[in-house]
Amino acid sequence: MAELNLVQAINLALAQEMERDDRVMVLGEDVGLNGGVFRVTDGLQKRFGEDRVVDTPLAESGILGTSIGLAINGMRPVPEIQFEGFLGPAYDQIVHHAGRMRTRTRGAVTVPLTVRVPVGGGIHAPELHSDSPEAIYSHHVGLKVVMPSTPYDAKGLLLAAIRDPDPVMFFEPKRVYRSYKEQVPEDDYTVEIGKAKIVSEGDDVTVITWGATVFQALAALDELPEDVSVELIDMRTIYPMDEDTIVESVMKTGRCVIAHEAPRTAGMGAEIATILQEKCFLHLEAPVQRVTGFDTVMPYYKLENHYLPEAPRIKEAIEQVLAY
Amino acid sequence: MPRKVAYKTQIEHLSILDENGKLDSKLGKDLLSDEQVQQSYEHMTICRQYDEVAFKLQRSGRMGTFPQNKGQEAAAIGSALAARKGQDWLVSAYRENAALFMHGLPMHYVLNYWMGDERGSKIPEGVKITPLSVPIGTHMLHAVGIAWAAKIRKEDSVALTYFGDGATSEGDFHEAANFAGVLGVPCIFICQNNSWAISVPREKQTASETFAQKALGYGIPTIQVDGNDLFAMYLATKEAHDRARKGEGPSFIEAVTYRLADHTTADDASRYRDSAELDAWKAKDPLIRLRKYLENKDLWSDEQQEALEAKAKAIVQEVVKTAEEMPKPDVDDIFDYTFEELPESIRVQRDTMRTTSLGQNPEQAGLNARMAH
Repeated sequence: MAELNLVQAINLALAQEMERDDRVMVLGEDVGLNGGVFRVTDGLQKRFGEDRVVDTPLAESGILGTSIGLAINGMRPVPEIQFEGFLGPAYDQIVHHAGRMRTRTRGAVTVPLTVRVPVGGGIHAPELHSDSPEAIYSHHVGLKVVMPSTPYDAKGLLLAAIRDPDPVMFFEPKRVYRSYKEQVPEDDYTVEIGKAKIVSEGDDVTVITWGATVFQALAALDELPEDVSVELIDMRTIYPMDEDTIVESVMKTGRCVIAHEAPRTAGMGAEIATILQEKCFLHLEAPVQRVTGFDTVMPYYKLENHYLPEAPRIKEAIEQVLAY
Repeated sequence: MPRKVAYKTQIEHLSILDENGKLDSKLGKDLLSDEQVQQSYEHMTICRQYDEVAFKLQRSGRMGTFPQNKGQEAAAIGSALAARKGQDWLVSAYRENAALFMHGLPMHYVLNYWMGDERGSKIPEGVKITPLSVPIGTHMLHAVGIAWAAKIRKEDSVALTYFGDGATSEGDFHEAANFAGVLGVPCIFICQNNSWAISVPREKQTASETFAQKALGYGIPTIQVDGNDLFAMYLATKEAHDRARKGEGPSFIEAVTYRLADHTTADDASRYRDSAELDAWKAKDPLIRLRKYLENKDLWSDEQQEALEAKAKAIVQEVVKTAEEMPKPDVDDIFDYTFEELPESIRVQRDTMRTTSLGQNPEQAGLNARMAH
């Protein structure tokens, strides 16, 4: 077992799955010789050849549309889109074909593909390189939306995603890519899609988050008085959502803070808050509080930390719901 | 020399059977057997009848919107004839029913689809087609991907993809052609240049003199074909098919044809289309041309024509009956195919829809408390 960062863990998962299943192929811009702009696919082309790790023309709809065809005809494509801001041109293919093909054909034609996309802010990237599109793709039907925050989960979730018979949007928080390391087993293991993780157990308040914000929440917890007991939940999968884990936790704590990077309006925080009021209304001791990005364009990087739900804002929200 | 020609080419136009049913003896020699031509003519006649009846079904409120293929039968069937049923893939838009039927799609499926039943898109096992695709131009990329997979898996199969002239204005067309050219996949692009994209004429679609020349930009062998000529469509597709199977990559065929009907039943072409233009194209009807050919060869008589028309009516009547007698799908069908395994939240929506009109979670604390009282 080695200590790996998120990039290395995903690379390991791709390599092991390509080794195990010759239907798996990686395609996208710069994924081959260059190993991807974040080096996530580094070394894969050398190991598996140009037919299985393919540098495609620069065309996102082309990458996704051909991936759908590849998946229909027996392959297990894992396309990479370099940044979430470039998903736009591929949106039609993802939403109107990948997500609907099983329903459209009553299960006769399916699209088992995994779309890997670095997402989120915090790395001083240019415009359109820092957004969080998980709510958009969760709202569209037929897609699973996964966002791991740790290397261990990333490996296990990616293997689960590639083996999943349905299309999976696999969002990688680029802020975590090289900022955190942990022990990642060489073994073949999967982390179930649709299951949240309780990062720390607590009784006073539940904090629900995912992606890079998990680490901001952990930092916020460190700043709280020792007698405050927080249950921190990393959703890991955004859709389908693990309602049982969050409902059970909020029934126990009676208070909840949801933190995510995406804009507030119609974000996943709104969905989670609604689930909580539907399922544990009588257990709530305080209104559910959201700490999110704003309903604005993600600012260029001089102001990005003011936009992102950083630790101090999460801490303040926790204090507010506790004091209610 | 400061300037020189970097690239020079020309676009070939292929035509074998003229409007009077006369075959080019050299190009048409041994191309299709009499039996193949007769079968094609029969199939085209049945599909024409299908279009007529589908139109009436829509007009009488028995079916939703329907796009007729009327006038483009030779382009669909001539090309599909060059592909191997159950082995090559047909990736069409929504107008090429005739080709899909030839490759094994039961005829009532298409009616079911336009009657609002997704089971019409359930491709039967062994039939190598993709479902009708409503977004314009997106499916060409699927064909390229399917052909790419065939190449990787060393599978002897070719993907044919059909699209209209309007689709060549979409970005996905260019991405598909570019990918196909770069990857050298066994894919045949068949552009049905039927002169109109709803109300927008060919001249407003592109400033390009031919659609065929668009393929040149992507390094793809290309040809313009008389799309109302069964023989020419067959030959061009056969040649493209041979190239694909030899590993020589994709090909492009511009079928110059004409949509004799409206775009769909929701459209009224008389608002934008000159009747003289329509009449001129009626004279080029692929069915009339093929019948003349058969008659010229003494292979066809008025009696045979009468018998065929009766047969076509009977077949289509039976198809309509099958489609209309299909029991309404179960309400669970809305939910059951979203994923291979239904997530809990969708399962709850499905199960509660049966018992309450709310379709909501019955465990909602507040509602349960109220209901308990």
